[in-house]
Amino acid sequence: MTSNDKIIEIEVLRYRPEQDEKPFLQSFKVPFTDDQSVLQGVQYIKDYLDGSLSFRWSCRMAICGSCGMMINGVPKLSCKTFLREYYPGKITLEALKHFPIEKDLIIDLSDFINKLESIKPYIIPAAPRTLEQGEYLQTPRQLDRIAQFSSCINCMLCYAACPQYGLKPDYLGPAAITLLHRYNEDNRDAAKAERMQLLNAHEGVWGCTLVGYCSDVCPKDVDPAAAINRNKLNSTMDYFLRFVAPRGGN
Amino acid sequence: METIKADIVIVGGGGAGLRAAIAAAESDTGQSIALVSKVYPMRSHTVAAEGGAAAVTQPQDDLEYHFNDTVAGGDWLCEQDVVEYFVAHAREELVQMEHWGCPWNRKEDGHVNVRAFGGMKIERTWFAADKTGFHMLHTLFQTSIKYPLIKRFDEYFCVDIVVEDGRAQGVVVIEIATGRICFIQARAVVLATGGAARVFRENTNGGIVTGDGMALAYRQGVALRDMEFMQYHPTCMPGTGLLFTEACRGEGGYLINKDGYRFLQDYGLGPPSDEPRNKFMELGPRDRVSQAIWHEKQKGRTIDHPHGQVVHLDMRHLGEKKLRERLPQIYELAEEFMGLDPAHEPIPVLPGAHYTMGGIETDGRTATSLPGLYAVGECASVGIHGANRLGSNSLVELCVFGRVAGDEASSYAKSARNSSTATLEKKADDICNRVRGLVNNANGKERIADIRNEMAKSMEEGCGIYRNAPVMQKTCDKLEELKQRYRSINIEDKSSAWNTEWLLAIELGYLLDVAQAVACSAINRKESRGSHQRLDGYEQRDDQNYLKHTLARYNSEGPPGIEYSKVKITKSEPGIRAYGEAGEKAEAERNKKKGAAHDK
Ligand SMILES: Cc1cc2nc3c(=O)[nH]c(=O)nc-3n(C[C@H](O)[C@H](O)[C@H](O)COP(=O)(O)OP(=O)(O)OC[C@H]3O[C@@H](n4cnc5c(N)ncnc54)[C@H](O)[C@@H]3O)c2cc1C
Ligand code: SF4
Ligand code: FES
Repeated sequence: MTSNDKIIEIEVLRYRPEQDEKPFLQSFKVPFTDDQSVLQGVQYIKDYLDGSLSFRWSCRMAICGSCGMMINGVPKLSCKTFLREYYPGKITLEALKHFPIEKDLIIDLSDFINKLESIKPYIIPAAPRTLEQGEYLQTPRQLDRIAQFSSCINCMLCYAACPQYGLKPDYLGPAAITLLHRYNEDNRDAAKAERMQLLNAHEGVWGCTLVGYCSDVCPKDVDPAAAINRNKLNSTMDYFLRFVAPRGGN
Repeated sequence: METIKADIVIVGGGGAGLRAAIAAAESDTGQSIALVSKVYPMRSHTVAAEGGAAAVTQPQDDLEYHFNDTVAGGDWLCEQDVVEYFVAHAREELVQMEHWGCPWNRKEDGHVNVRAFGGMKIERTWFAADKTGFHMLHTLFQTSIKYPLIKRFDEYFCVDIVVEDGRAQGVVVIEIATGRICFIQARAVVLATGGAARVFRENTNGGIVTGDGMALAYRQGVALRDMEFMQYHPTCMPGTGLLFTEACRGEGGYLINKDGYRFLQDYGLGPPSDEPRNKFMELGPRDRVSQAIWHEKQKGRTIDHPHGQVVHLDMRHLGEKKLRERLPQIYELAEEFMGLDPAHEPIPVLPGAHYTMGGIETDGRTATSLPGLYAVGECASVGIHGANRLGSNSLVELCVFGRVAGDEASSYAKSARNSSTATLEKKADDICNRVRGLVNNANGKERIADIRNEMAKSMEEGCGIYRNAPVMQKTCDKLEELKQRYRSINIEDKSSAWNTEWLLAIELGYLLDVAQAVACSAINRKESRGSHQRLDGYEQRDDQNYLKHTLARYNSEGPPGIEYSKVKITKSEPGIRAYGEAGEKAEAERNKKKGAAHDK
């Protein structure tokens, strides 16, 4: 067995809506081994130091998207960030930036969920196929166009990184635009024009000022900034085509 | 307490629950569906499935082969009529997933590609890189948004089923964000709450996989079937139990011991070849491979590791390019969690608890013995996995039987009537008081984490890869003790909003009941079959006495009652379960016999 000989200080921004007027920092001393994640650190706090500390987690393997938090000011997945990287310094944990806090490290996600639902994130085919007709054909090259953009785990790190989302909460934001792009680029789908109307409406894609921090923090190499950029171009085309074509330009 | 009315309530937003919800929404009844999940649906543990989903696809493959692989893989404890239905509907469900946008890997010509998987005679596993479950779950979740009849209750935690007049008529749930308790009244209830491998210490499951639906149905008198069959996956990360998919071996990875020797050839899985060969060596079934690792450890041929005795998963010969393309997530796990490069170093692995073959007893149409209650997915025992599940059969199960559950629940709800709302609300109120009482009265000194850890350790000791009566008995006794101690549990947090300590306490109650069903089912099965292997005089399979399903029945006073029920055999008589060269011989024998029978 590995021994827990090292102790790290973890400071957590607490907020309990029924008791606290405003958030406050609380510090804990946590024994750890080199292979332990920040998530395991907060689990230790919950199990042995303060049972009321609340945070989301499930898979422990960077795929369910639950465990994002600000770790020393940077949005990260706590299950794949390791305590050793911060030792002997201390770690400060806060809820993801730009979201309302429900309790401690738990944010209110409903704004994003509404956005995700609004962009028609499903295949709308030109002519539906029956099951007997078998699968649509999609070459590896066509799959490549959507593979990366369909790898988003909805972890919200990019929203916590996005200065525009902080200023204009109406902005669709990196992950929602990426998902929209993923369906638009799918050769099985025929609803690009519908979705582009959504994108061109109010704060669709124009909120972005090309900071690119979203792609830096993305734990799954989705590169949302690339999706946004391509849609800025698409949107510009659309905008001008609007004057020549009857309904959008697609 | 607020009452919410729906026609059907589905508890669980994983692959099974979402597929059921879509099927119900597509039926022509126009019924409303309440979809309850304690996490946002896309966080459900289906997200973690890596390897793929099986369906007969290639011209040289045959439904008969998939049937035989599944039934022999399950050591003949499968319901064969249900397996027939399953293999016959697998492909159409995966095509359906394709139509909904699942990004399956493709061949150059644009058709879906398949890969090899353990215990499967022909390659038939559809895959989306090594994130198949992730892609299936997000596809289903996003597609479900299309249906206005599906009303989601995201982050609502189910605490009980409301049973009145002998029928399931709704569920009581906690809205996690506020702590508010509500009653969702419905005419049919579908449980799709996933497995229970968190009863073990070293496991591949997410924190939410705590057997909730199993415990809820069990406490209502529905039997848990074949709970002794817990699958150990052979290749997990030491310490955390995180999974390295079987596809690592499907793509050609080797398992080697401390001498660099491919030891599986010593356990009836050989002879070895450089290229992967279906049902040989590393592509043997999971129970056999995990058992071989256990034996290597006894022989002192494993490797010391801070988290125990390990063997090596060696993929160096596959090269970085192929690994990055076919197994990108595995690459990431090795690099980021273990700090090693699998293209240049072997990965230390050991077996971990992975999958619950047993579950809530249902018939082949997902109906339980309680009218109005259906169960589907890993929480259910519909009968296809028997004593050992084949990898890539369960993602398909979610689709095939998720659809059945949605259809069945919606036709049941069409004809069923609810009892008076007042009567139901009275029941719901009682449940509400009990659940609130748990937190208000929890001023004992027992720590949740202590009970949970002691349970998981004891389960690993008593109900691990190899079992014997004295140790299983110790586990049974330990569980009794822990259930007593659970009564004086302490919950420090008395608040309402996001009181996750309260939820953990409720989940621990579920875990303890399910663990007890596992341990008591195991000690009573005096034979070895599939994943249930004994070393105390019951080393052989005993069809005379144990070609039977175990049924564990809840007993609030102590250990469950154990009964048995018949196994449905349609066309495959129990035979020798063999792999590698011996397997080929056995299959030839069987075909000869069959041919002779035909000639007569
Ligand atoms: C690491 C890993 C890899 C795997 N790889 C493969 C593979 O390659 N191929 C394959 O076929 N199978 C694989 N499996 C198995 C397969 O993924 C699972 O059996 C399957 O995904 C389970 O799906 P489910 O819908 O039944 O449950 P889950 O996806 O676990 O969903 C359960 C749902 O129930 C909800 N729930 C639970 N309790 C409550 C409650 N009290 N109140 C409200 N909601 C509740 C949860 O929120 C969740 O939405 C793998 C499993 C693991 C762990
Ligand atoms: S784009 Fe990346 S950072 Fe943003 S939600 Fe998706 S996975 Fe997370
Ligand atoms: S716990 Fe699932 S992403 Fe971290």
